[in-house]
Amino acid sequence: MGLKMIVMVKQVPDTHNISGEAMKPDGTVNRNALPAIFNPEDLNALEEALKIKEKTGGFVTAISMGPQKALDVLKECLYRGADNVVLVTDRRFAGADTLATSYALKRAIETVGKFDLVLCGRQAIDGDTAQVGPQIAEKLNINQLTCVSEVVDVDDKAITVRRTVDDGHEIVKSCFPTLLTVTSDANKPRPPSVKRVMSYKNTTCDCCSTDTEISCISETAGNLLECDVDYIDADPEKCGISGSPTKVIKVKNVVLTTGNSKKIPNTESGIGDLIDELRNDNILG
Amino acid sequence: MTIENSIMVFIEQRDGKVADVSLELICEAKRLAKSLGVPVTGVAAGHHMSENLKPLGGYGCEKVYYTDDKRLSYFTSVPYAKVIVKTIKKYHPQIVLFGASTTGRDVAPRVASEMKCGLTADCTELKIGNYKTKSKEYKNILHQIRPAFGGNIIATIVSPEGGISMATVREGVMKMSALDISIKAEVIKETCDLADDDFMTEVIEIVRKEKRVNLKSAQIIVSAGMGANSPEALKLVKELASVLGGEVGSSRPVVDSGTLSRERQVGQTGTTVRPNLYIACGISGQIQHRAGMAEAKRIIAINSDENAPIFDIAHYGIVGDVCDVIPKMIKAYKAEA
Ligand SMILES: Cc1cc2nc3c(=O)[nH]c(=O)nc-3n(C[C@H](O)[C@H](O)[C@H](O)COP(=O)(O)OP(=O)(O)OC[C@H]3O[C@@H](n4cnc5c(N)ncnc54)[C@H](O)[C@@H]3O)c2cc1C
Ligand SMILES: Nc1ncnc2c1ncn2[C@@H]1O[C@H](COP(=O)(O)O)[C@@H](O)[C@H]1O
Repeated sequence: MGLKMIVMVKQVPDTHNISGEAMKPDGTVNRNALPAIFNPEDLNALEEALKIKEKTGGFVTAISMGPQKALDVLKECLYRGADNVVLVTDRRFAGADTLATSYALKRAIETVGKFDLVLCGRQAIDGDTAQVGPQIAEKLNINQLTCVSEVVDVDDKAITVRRTVDDGHEIVKSCFPTLLTVTSDANKPRPPSVKRVMSYKNTTCDCCSTDTEISCISETAGNLLECDVDYIDADPEKCGISGSPTKVIKVKNVVLTTGNSKKIPNTESGIGDLIDELRNDNILG
Repeated sequence: MTIENSIMVFIEQRDGKVADVSLELICEAKRLAKSLGVPVTGVAAGHHMSENLKPLGGYGCEKVYYTDDKRLSYFTSVPYAKVIVKTIKKYHPQIVLFGASTTGRDVAPRVASEMKCGLTADCTELKIGNYKTKSKEYKNILHQIRPAFGGNIIATIVSPEGGISMATVREGVMKMSALDISIKAEVIKETCDLADDDFMTEVIEIVRKEKRVNLKSAQIIVSAGMGANSPEALKLVKELASVLGGEVGSSRPVVDSGTLSRERQVGQTGTTVRPNLYIACGISGQIQHRAGMAEAKRIIAINSDENAPIFDIAHYGIVGDVCDVIPKMIKAYKAEA
């Protein structure tokens, strides 16, 4: 018994800590030089699933779509307490915008099996779009509760959460199945467990071929599975670039114009003159 | 079926009152609509709010397609998404704009997913333009402009196929123009055919808190960046703001570090401000920050690095340590008061 939960996790470049080395001479970012990290709010989504599991019992499966390297974040999920993890990887997924991403993830979720609750991070720091969660919910034809900052109550039929909204908060309740997007205020993610690191460190990835039967949400834990477009039975036309309605047509480096900034000497008289000027122009009262 | 080819704005409401961001979007839509020669329309859901929709005409919205139902008094995802999708399918706008509020960011992706169209989040600029591929030319489509990837690039995004473009824009990014109260929007009632099963979210409690910080209307803002995130420097930033009668703002990493509250964040993912005076203390001036303050009338930048990009948009640049410069400013201001 208990709840069947699926957590969506993404590996992202660490855009919050862009260091000097990551900048190319022409002023653009060298993606490859940025460390790849676990998207921060996805850790909060995982933590919330683990907390719910402690309360109601259940099963937690983490899914990520990305290159082979994304196995890092999935292993991290196993270390922290996820039961099974699934990597969805295929060159045909490349170049996906949020619509194509949510289509592929929806197929992956359906392949994994029946579920009560899907948990996403509110947004990924590489784009800050916060679109994939609600789009997965629409594609699965289920309800969504976004910007969840606290799970107030949960039982085997329904969940009650606090949503942080622009001008305050709401307490809302939904029956299962539903999808949550979780914010960083919700919890403090637990560290990996040493015991679990020992048991899963050397776990190797099983590639699913069309005749392997996976029901990830089964009672066997510790699986690290990999599947492609065909395995999740996705229409390649709806994946990757061909499934993405948005096109980036122009990318402009931010050119820093050497402006007509007036240099104010850092002295009492220099700053005094500045204050005078602002007063005369009625900028300061 | 009427094919209108309009620009449609999602009219967001709280307690029946239209949100500012929707008014700003109507004004922006009006500007875009002019170059396309099409009308601006609105899509709204709520209860007993027809009277609050009529004044939208004064901002440039000709018609509002309004679905009234008691169950729509408060926003919940699935019913609102269904109302919007139904209205879009009925009237075929070519562009749909949403505020990038917690409500807009909840419902817009769901609508875009169902319409299978592109959606660009947090645009800082919208334009009408052309787009050419090897085989095809698209005329007069929406160019959606937003900073991307750490702010080092500005991307222009289009969704040429599928006939509909959607974008979200944060409050304060687009300018609201003066209201002409003599013009009223035509409110067209749409039938509500939602089943009780569509209302999957039960709203138990709504707690609105008064905004304690109102950056948008502050005339003077003194903002702290990571170069002013020490207790000593923050104290000086707050003191300068209070001496000048202004508000304290901040860059995002300062908010992330927990020293100032989220409502003080200026920038692309925070508040966009247009004060008379903006004093950037220890702020490097990345594009996401500048997107929120570049239109201040006067900008003073205080930074110990003379090559900091903030100096490129500042009207006055002071190279120095914030803890050294701010006391001099306070002293000079008080001396002449
Ligand atoms: C999708 C996305 C959205 C974002 N949205 C926002 C947003 O809305 N708002 C925002 O602000 N940022 C946003 N950011 C982050 C943004 O890219 C920058 O990282 C951020 O603005 C940098 O903040 P900062 O200038 O305070 O810090 P830093 O870049 O670390 O700069 C600190 C500056 O302080 C100077 N300094 C250090 N010590 C002193 C001293 N003692 N005296 C004087 N100067 C000193 C340094 O020379 C440096 O220039 C976003 C990023 C992404 C990827
Ligand atoms: N490639 C992916 N694999 C797994 N989950 C994803 C992926 N992309 C987005 N998500 C989920 O969707 C959330 C929102 O992403 P975004 O819309 O990109 O801001 C993330 O926090 C993840 O939970």
